[in-house]
Amino acid sequence: MFEGRRLILFLVFVSIGLVFIGKLFYLQLIDDTYEKAADNNAIRKIIQVPFRGEVYDRHGKLIVYNTPVYDVYITPRKAVVQDTNRFCKLFGVTRGYFDTVTKQARAYSRVKPSLFLKHLSKEDFARIQDAMVDYPGFSITTTAFRTYQSIAFSNALGYVAEINPNSLKDQRDDYYRQGDYVGISGIESYYEDVLRGQRGVKYRMVNSNGVEKGDYKKGKLDVNPVAGKNLYTSIDIRLQEYADSLMMHKVGSVVAIEPSTGEILTMVSAPSYDPSLLAGRNFSKYYQKLALDPLKPLINRPPSAYYRPGSTFKLVQALVGQQLGIISAGSVFGHAGAPVKCHAHNTSHNDLHNAIQWSCNPYFYHAFRKILYDGTTGNTFERSAQGLQRWSELVANFGFGRKLGVDVSNEKKGNLPTVDYYNKVYKGENTWKFSNIYSLSIGEGELVVSPLKMANFAAIIANRGWYIPPHLVKGVGEKRTIDPFYKNPVSVGVDAKYFPVVIQGMQDAVLHGTVGVDGRIPDITMCGKTGTSQNKKGKDHSIFIAFAPKDNPKIAIAVFVENAGFGGFAAAPIASLIIEKYLKGRVDRKAVETKFMNMSYLANVTYNRPVKKVTSDSLRK
Amino acid sequence: MSQSSGYMASRLDWWSVGLYALFVLLGWMSIYSAVYNPEAPLGIFDAAFYTSNAGKQLIWIGASMVLIMFIFALDFRFFESFAPVIYGFFLLLLILVPFLGVTINGSHSWFKIGTATIQPAEFAKTATALLLAKYLNDPQVSLLRFRDQWKAALIIGVPILLIIASNETGSALVYVSFIILLYREGLPGEYPGLLLGGIFLFVSALILKPLTIFILLVVMAGILVLLMPIYLQRMYQTYVKMALGISVIMSLAMLVEWVVNNVLKEHQRNRIKVLLDPDFDPRGLGYQVTQSKIAIGSGGFWGKGYLGGTQTKFDFVPEQSTDFIFCTIGEEFGFIGVAGIIILFMVFLWRLMYLADQQRSRFARAYGFGVVGILFFHFLVNIGMTIGLMPIMGIPLPFFSYGGSSLWSFTILLFIFLKLDSHRSDMLSR
Repeated sequence: MFEGRRLILFLVFVSIGLVFIGKLFYLQLIDDTYEKAADNNAIRKIIQVPFRGEVYDRHGKLIVYNTPVYDVYITPRKAVVQDTNRFCKLFGVTRGYFDTVTKQARAYSRVKPSLFLKHLSKEDFARIQDAMVDYPGFSITTTAFRTYQSIAFSNALGYVAEINPNSLKDQRDDYYRQGDYVGISGIESYYEDVLRGQRGVKYRMVNSNGVEKGDYKKGKLDVNPVAGKNLYTSIDIRLQEYADSLMMHKVGSVVAIEPSTGEILTMVSAPSYDPSLLAGRNFSKYYQKLALDPLKPLINRPPSAYYRPGSTFKLVQALVGQQLGIISAGSVFGHAGAPVKCHAHNTSHNDLHNAIQWSCNPYFYHAFRKILYDGTTGNTFERSAQGLQRWSELVANFGFGRKLGVDVSNEKKGNLPTVDYYNKVYKGENTWKFSNIYSLSIGEGELVVSPLKMANFAAIIANRGWYIPPHLVKGVGEKRTIDPFYKNPVSVGVDAKYFPVVIQGMQDAVLHGTVGVDGRIPDITMCGKTGTSQNKKGKDHSIFIAFAPKDNPKIAIAVFVENAGFGGFAAAPIASLIIEKYLKGRVDRKAVETKFMNMSYLANVTYNRPVKKVTSDSLRK
Repeated sequence: MSQSSGYMASRLDWWSVGLYALFVLLGWMSIYSAVYNPEAPLGIFDAAFYTSNAGKQLIWIGASMVLIMFIFALDFRFFESFAPVIYGFFLLLLILVPFLGVTINGSHSWFKIGTATIQPAEFAKTATALLLAKYLNDPQVSLLRFRDQWKAALIIGVPILLIIASNETGSALVYVSFIILLYREGLPGEYPGLLLGGIFLFVSALILKPLTIFILLVVMAGILVLLMPIYLQRMYQTYVKMALGISVIMSLAMLVEWVVNNVLKEHQRNRIKVLLDPDFDPRGLGYQVTQSKIAIGSGGFWGKGYLGGTQTKFDFVPEQSTDFIFCTIGEEFGFIGVAGIIILFMVFLWRLMYLADQQRSRFARAYGFGVVGILFFHFLVNIGMTIGLMPIMGIPLPFFSYGGSSLWSFTILLFIFLKLDSHRSDMLSR
């Protein structure tokens, strides 16, 4: 009887078995949340952040290094605090802070460590170190802050801060996590990949109480941290500090380059800030203050500030005109017929040399007109376009209107007006001619350059026709590797034979030309050119470019002082002091030094732009 | 009657013995894996090994061998003859447990004899199966008769009441599995049908809102009416009956809600909540199931390899050597491993049912189906709870789970049947 019931029962069993297999199939093969949860559970990823690379100056002097700081972590399950008040006193926190943070930590995980207290100094750490044994569940992790030997090299160096949410989202290789430190500007940002090194990862197995139970997969997945590489910069930190002190109470830039190598000796942006303010616990406090400062101390002006080159650009006209075969050392132009005035001299024999020495506006007005019109055909509109075309091609070789490729972030292109540019501005071809654009002849108008470009231009003249792309870092890591880009000379396409007349003009401009007595160094032959950059918003900017000595130059320099007026007044003396300091190792003209260190042009500085409330995000990119 | 061991060996069902041995071995391997510490592995020759679960289980497996030999040494008629005595003995133990027992893992159901502890409820199942089989062996008894049904229910009911009295609802539920024995021995199909229907209604009442159940019932009644012959559709009695049926089912559904909220204890209610909502309090009440699913789910297709599990090794799954041993297998041997074990279990149950049906004595056959029922029930609940299909009850996985009482009781349960089976030709001669 009832033998058939065995089959019925078995069918029930098998269907249950199939339901189980189906559910297991789902759990183990379809739904991958469990796998991730398992790793979360049992595998603790320990991140080992290596020390960031250090930064040295050209003589091996340390500029930036790392100071260890200590983060305290709490593991709620193991944490037992008997006497909370004593504990709070020891760690220097309030009772409220203690309660809030421990509550948050418990909510996050009872077995995983949460950050309890950030950035304890070595002294604080020493104070609590011995007491740590009384407080199980509290552990210490070492991280590091950037520490600066000199406060004079902040802007070009940049700073390090926690990565902001946008950069975190936009990163290419998913390297950074929330809370990671990253170089924000300057070379800290440009060389981020080599400075940061490679984070190490250790996978440890932990049990349900958070106790470590050995290496996961015998450490096969572990990655050892690789320390960041050191940067050996071309900066002469003593010269940098000297230049920085000269730029006190001023807004502007100093860039000095070694012409033979393209190495940047000094890059000062004024006003500046103390970099140690942005390294550490008080970052947000000081950042806010610096970001809101209308003088914008956080900006690195040399590669990114915009100015008209003014009369310094006459040197370009002189070189390009000669190379085009349109003017020569002997070309003479009078003052008559020019809408621009000559401020300085009244000479009967107004040749190229004299025009440079005295910075003659009418001369370069006529010369530029000739450059546009000579040998071109058609009406004046067509001839202007043809002339500007050949002119701008040659001028572009000097680096104007494009990036030089300097190794700091935020380099700006500036503007070199071309035929296309004016066609756009005047809305159509053949709608403009020389009379519309003659301001270019004396470096005004639509022409926009950065201090870095002008320093490089000084180096080009010093080298008689070539430059090596300016750079701040001579070598990366112990092997001192460097991109070949920073080794190869670039010719500007102007023959060396066209330089002597320009250089002679510059030498005489310093000795008995536009440069005043404060800008003369008695025992050094400096060749320089003043510039006065027109500026709608206020007083002219004072510009000076120079190199020295005349033969076998060692330093080329550009100094920009905003709203300081004529180039010979402020910029030239400051440049001369820096050159003297660099070439002689000391400055003998103490009176001049004192005068310009104390000179302030801040009263003239105008900032028309409304000051918006700046957040750290909006400024960082 | 004396038999040579060779004679015995040829009569023993080696298929069942082989599967039993395989299950015990896999179980022990998983227990070893659960206590295995990769930084300080213990060998079976270390003294410290025998204080670990794996070491103790090894001792209990050894003791099981002794038990098996003891069972085979007894006369096969002993089990039938002494069934009432055995039953009575364990009832007595169940009565004494609340007074003389000790509490282990929050369960006051253990006897302590020297250093050994046993749980009488584990063994009472075997005793009940024996007595039930003996009762059904009487040719006069027919499960079609209400009077006999009532007596069978009494045999099952008494230990259930005693176990519930000592607060072990999970262990008491095992006795529901005797419905399989009774069904095979002729209990009308309505009984298991009602039981399944009741479970179905219970679960529906928990998952669905009363209004939803009502709408479903009305829709079903509507479909039924459409399928009816026309003469039935025209009789008003049809609709009265349907309305009556719907109201009965609805009241039962309401009753379920009331029982869950008022009769069940807090922890039982929470277990049901966890089952219905997998995300219910995953760090607290749902912790065990969540961790269990994580362990199994992280095994993938091939598993993490023997001794390679991370979840089960590091105590994330509570009770994982006893009730949650299936997690270890799921994590380390993957889908292949667990699916294989489920299939092997099906084969095992089929083999036992086949053997039971071969028996000429009704006692042996009924007992065999009792064994099948008990094993199946444990299989259903234990694996079901590790994968979140069943509420959590303290029910071990037969032969796999860590624990002397559990291993011994299942060994005795199985080997009494295999002993009876090896004598089936002897019974024929009777």
